[in-house]
Amino acid sequence: MLSIPVHYFLILGAILFGLGVVGVITRRNAIVIFMSIELMLNAVNLTFLAFSNYLNNVEGHIFVFMIMVVAAAEVAVGLAIIVAIFRLRETVHVDDIRLLKW
Amino acid sequence: MVTINIGSSDFAAILPILVVCAFGIYLMVQGVLAPRIHKLTLAYIGLAGIMIAMVSNFYLLGIETDRAYFEGMVFVDKLTVTLNFIFLLTAALCLLLMTSYSEQEEIEFIEFTPLILFATAGMMLMGCAESLMIIFLGLETMSIALYVMAGFRRFNRFSLEAALKYLLLGAFATGFLLYGMALIYGTVGTTNLTQISAYYSENALNLNVMALFGVALLVIGFGFKVALVPFHMWTPDVYQGAPIPVTAYMAVGAKAAGFAAVLRVLVLATGQAAFEWSQLLWLLAVITMTVGNIIALVQSDIKRMLAYSSIAHAGYIMIGIVAGNETTVSAVLFYLVVYMFMNIGAFAVAGIVSGKNEQHVDIKHFAGLGKSQPMLALVMTVCMFSLAGFPPTGGFMGKLYLFKAAMESGYTWLVIFGALNTLISVYYYIRVVVAMYFQDSKESVKMAAVLPGVGLVLLVTLLGIFYLGIFPGTTLSLLY
Repeated sequence: MLSIPVHYFLILGAILFGLGVVGVITRRNAIVIFMSIELMLNAVNLTFLAFSNYLNNVEGHIFVFMIMVVAAAEVAVGLAIIVAIFRLRETVHVDDIRLLKW
Repeated sequence: MVTINIGSSDFAAILPILVVCAFGIYLMVQGVLAPRIHKLTLAYIGLAGIMIAMVSNFYLLGIETDRAYFEGMVFVDKLTVTLNFIFLLTAALCLLLMTSYSEQEEIEFIEFTPLILFATAGMMLMGCAESLMIIFLGLETMSIALYVMAGFRRFNRFSLEAALKYLLLGAFATGFLLYGMALIYGTVGTTNLTQISAYYSENALNLNVMALFGVALLVIGFGFKVALVPFHMWTPDVYQGAPIPVTAYMAVGAKAAGFAAVLRVLVLATGQAAFEWSQLLWLLAVITMTVGNIIALVQSDIKRMLAYSSIAHAGYIMIGIVAGNETTVSAVLFYLVVYMFMNIGAFAVAGIVSGKNEQHVDIKHFAGLGKSQPMLALVMTVCMFSLAGFPPTGGFMGKLYLFKAAMESGYTWLVIFGALNTLISVYYYIRVVVAMYFQDSKESVKMAAVLPGVGLVLLVTLLGIFYLGIFPGTTLSLLY
């Protein structure tokens, strides 16, 4: 059976992770930043699955389940906070949300 | 075929966590089913839960310790028991602070008690983790509860801004932490910390890029959680915006949990590799102390000042971590206990002085406190002296043990930097004391009444600081 070598997955994972990091740093909309963070987590998932498959070890699969559960909980809390901010300030632009500064 | 063997002894090993979780779930359901229940009743049930968890924590000493449970997921040793105790005590003290804070602010806090219980469960999971998976799970259980708690004053823009910043930066850091874990898993082929440790010490000299990069990302992730410079940018903003009891809980509990994970991973697990990393960690410790202390000098807001002071204290604890010898764990644990008492005491006083809506959080609002509220001023003075590291307070002994650990490993320069930083920090701690005793208040500040709950917290912190300062030896031998 022809199989795709593991490093293809790892490189794809690294690229996705990098895109996520760039998104978090450059974007200014809280929701888009949040999406970029999810992209980072999915890149990690891909990396874990690639390793898990390559090493023939089930722990990576279980780890991915954990990450998915936690990411879902984080989205629930995160969107709630963003909605609460929008109600109060009518903006989710992180440049406008800067009352706290030294 | 994968077989799983889980016995009753496994559940006994996480008994405090189970108790805390059970009470958290019960209180959440209770809050929904009976929304008109008096909010203080919920808090007292939560406190009872924490007390039961503390008692069951002693039971952990009785079961067969120093071994892994749940097929190498959870490890029970003296470190676990001590950390559980620190987390539970922190939660109890902060819950007491919150009861009086909610009277003062008139906020609903039905969800607060379950959240603090869940966050504590997450911290305890981190403290007993034997697998990267459990560290991650505990970290996120704690963090998600803390995101909500930071934004607890839902109609206050500062509080919500703190929640958003904490959430975005926290999730960002989690991404790095997870990628590091993925790379370590790929290198070693398991998430078990003991096996990772064995791998790293066997191949200490020929680790490939992936293995080193994995540990580096892990350091970034933990560095964020314990607020090391340069990953500290969120700390002052979040500490300033969050409600004061939550700030106290984050400053003490989240930091202790982060250092628990650091101890598990860097000191106990990747022992040999951590040695290779000691140069990097050395630098992190020095930068963290210096930047934290120097920026704290110019702060006028007490919460921001304490935030930068907490960054500096993370740097002091890093001195002990860098030392990496057999006295490290006990020195770090001792410092965490002292740090808990002195920080919660300081935040408790700040919470009373701040008054309604946290209007009076500036250091100038402390002026004249020595005359109007001598007891409060006394507690604040003791906490400030302890934070600065004067004998005979616990802060002095804590720093002494950390510096001693570093000296034993030959890090003389690190100790000199630590001592210089202590000198810098004296200035801004004494500023508060000077304001309280030698300045008269220009405006009459309306302060909240000291409720019995807060009184108890103040008493416990005062006794704790002096006990640890005068009889450190007994505690030190109990800890680890």
